[in-house]
Amino acid sequence: MLTRRSFLQSSAAAAFAASAGSARAETPGVTDTEIKIGQTMPYSGPASAYGVIGRTETAYFKMINEQGGVNGRKINLISLDDGYSPPKTVEQVRRLVEEEKVAFLFQTLGTPPNAAIRQYLNDNKVPQLFVATGASMFSDPQHFPWTMGYNPNYQTEAHIYAKHILATKPDAKIGVLYQNDSFGKDYLIGMKDALGAEHAGMIVKEASYETSEPTVDSQVVTLQGSGADVFLIVATPKFAAQAIRKSFDLGWNAVRYVTIVSASIATVLKPAGLEKSKGLITATFGKDPTDPRWKDDGGMKEWAAFCAKYLSPTEFIDYNAGYAYGAAGTMIQVLKQSGNDLSRDNVMKQAANLKDLELPLLLPGMRINTSPTNYSPIRQMQLSTFDGESWQLFGELLMG
Amino acid sequence: MNEFLHQLASGLALGGVYAIMALALVMIYQATQLVNFAQGEMAMFSTYFAWKLMDSGWPYWRAFAATALISFVGGIVIERLVVRPFAKAPVLASVIVFIGLALIFNALAGWLYGYSVTSFDTPFSGRPWLGNVYMSAHESGAVAVSLCVLALVYAFFRFTPLGLAMRAAAQNPVSSRLVGIRVGWMLAMGWGLAAAIGSIAGMMAAPIVYLDPNMMAGILIYAFAGAVLGGIDNPFGAAFGGFAVGVLENLVGAYVVGAEVKLSVALAIIVAVLVWRPSGLFGRRLVARV
Repeated sequence: MLTRRSFLQSSAAAAFAASAGSARAETPGVTDTEIKIGQTMPYSGPASAYGVIGRTETAYFKMINEQGGVNGRKINLISLDDGYSPPKTVEQVRRLVEEEKVAFLFQTLGTPPNAAIRQYLNDNKVPQLFVATGASMFSDPQHFPWTMGYNPNYQTEAHIYAKHILATKPDAKIGVLYQNDSFGKDYLIGMKDALGAEHAGMIVKEASYETSEPTVDSQVVTLQGSGADVFLIVATPKFAAQAIRKSFDLGWNAVRYVTIVSASIATVLKPAGLEKSKGLITATFGKDPTDPRWKDDGGMKEWAAFCAKYLSPTEFIDYNAGYAYGAAGTMIQVLKQSGNDLSRDNVMKQAANLKDLELPLLLPGMRINTSPTNYSPIRQMQLSTFDGESWQLFGELLMG
Repeated sequence: MNEFLHQLASGLALGGVYAIMALALVMIYQATQLVNFAQGEMAMFSTYFAWKLMDSGWPYWRAFAATALISFVGGIVIERLVVRPFAKAPVLASVIVFIGLALIFNALAGWLYGYSVTSFDTPFSGRPWLGNVYMSAHESGAVAVSLCVLALVYAFFRFTPLGLAMRAAAQNPVSSRLVGIRVGWMLAMGWGLAAAIGSIAGMMAAPIVYLDPNMMAGILIYAFAGAVLGGIDNPFGAAFGGFAVGVLENLVGAYVVGAEVKLSVALAIIVAVLVWRPSGLFGRRLVARV
């Protein structure tokens, strides 16, 4: 299996850093000139489309280092491949913590991989910051104070859809297609939560699928057959594209909701067919680079300039790359706030002390806030509908 | 009723793909008594090749033919370079080689083309065929293509000297060698045919499941179930098994056990057939003198 390591810094600088002693050098991975952080990414395997997140973050820290680093320290991100396989994640994370001696972990990707390392990191009091998944289990400061989420959590998003359905179609009959794992079930739980006991009967049919199945066509037929007039698609990109196409081909005119996980125009709606995607509703928190409305937007220009210098046009329109750009920016903010005290305690404290942070690619008006009791940095979303060309925002910023 | 027919139709369409894939498995099994676990990934890789050709402006059918031909040659090359050295090694060594091939093709495709899904053209677009509203034109086309492939394979083995030589080499290598058949080359031909047939399965599947490096993983499991059900040494039986599994999977998933265990249907079929009727519905019963 490929192992990819990204060193952002020359080994000469690292050798120099090792010789510079200081009182704060007790924190693993931190010297006066460097801070070493680690992550695992699915550079290979079934989820490797997300590998772009690790590449973008590596590029972002390279940019920061070229500008002099944070408080004189260069950032050294060690990004290892785990193939989206939890046993591999455990192995790589132990290597990062025990051999590479990183200060903390940043944006380890995926629900199953993060679930596998959460206990280990909390036992050893190593911050597991801004994990790249929306599963609600990673925003639980009471039980896992060293683990913090980043994405709007899936249940929050499901709440937003449920509220929208209740407001616009109170007598709806809902059919749900979901992936049979914690990602899919999180949405289902959130949906039932927000509908409450009195509206629980609104979900007339649930159909699950496994990622190893070739298609979900049969499930979509079953859902249509149940008489549902609202179709919630909780699926990863390939299956979402199949579901969008099949529901259209069947002539099923339900109101279709698709989750943010598979709302990308380039990787989901195009394969499904733009015409067949018309009318889809999703909730979003970021600006879509392919949407002409942001052409003159300051944040978008910043992103474009960054891509031109450090990445490529492919990443510019990749939703995941834009996401990583924001996460890396948030990380830098935490390091800035931590000042010269880069102990694990203080980094965690500052991560839980973000106040009204605005990021270039977040929707206007959205701010990141965290506190010792709130480990969900992004909590707001806005609904949008697909008009055949781009996502059109409507309504206000919503909290789940 | 409407829903039932839809389930049936979408099962048939994918069943056609399983059938072609099962045929490809049979090609290699017949000659070597081994199941090629890399068949799916080889087909996926061929499909990317076709996509690349079409992307650079080739018309569909020309790209289709070129892909099948190149896959044929590729299959022979793989047999000669990678599989042949293990011909006398234990079965397990060959299995490991197949798994290794599968991983290599998967990683290679990901590295060359990325992992996000790509849509794949179909020559059968437009209105549904013969007023059949339950199947899209492509789905009808895929069923038709799989029947054609089956007919061609049948004709090849039944009516051509080369087909006869291949059958002979598979059934009795020693005698075949004595009458002047180059048995080694016949095995290589089997690999070539399997690769070409697999590439057709890939090109029929891609418009339905979308093209990505992992697209054949699930399909191969169902195709294997189909081949086992119909009899893995009988091309006709295997193809029938493929269709049957496609339809059963949908109907059992929708009306009997529920979608959660739909995939397990394929595995249940494999186990049940192996326990009660190891040679499959149409397979030859193998009797070995001890």
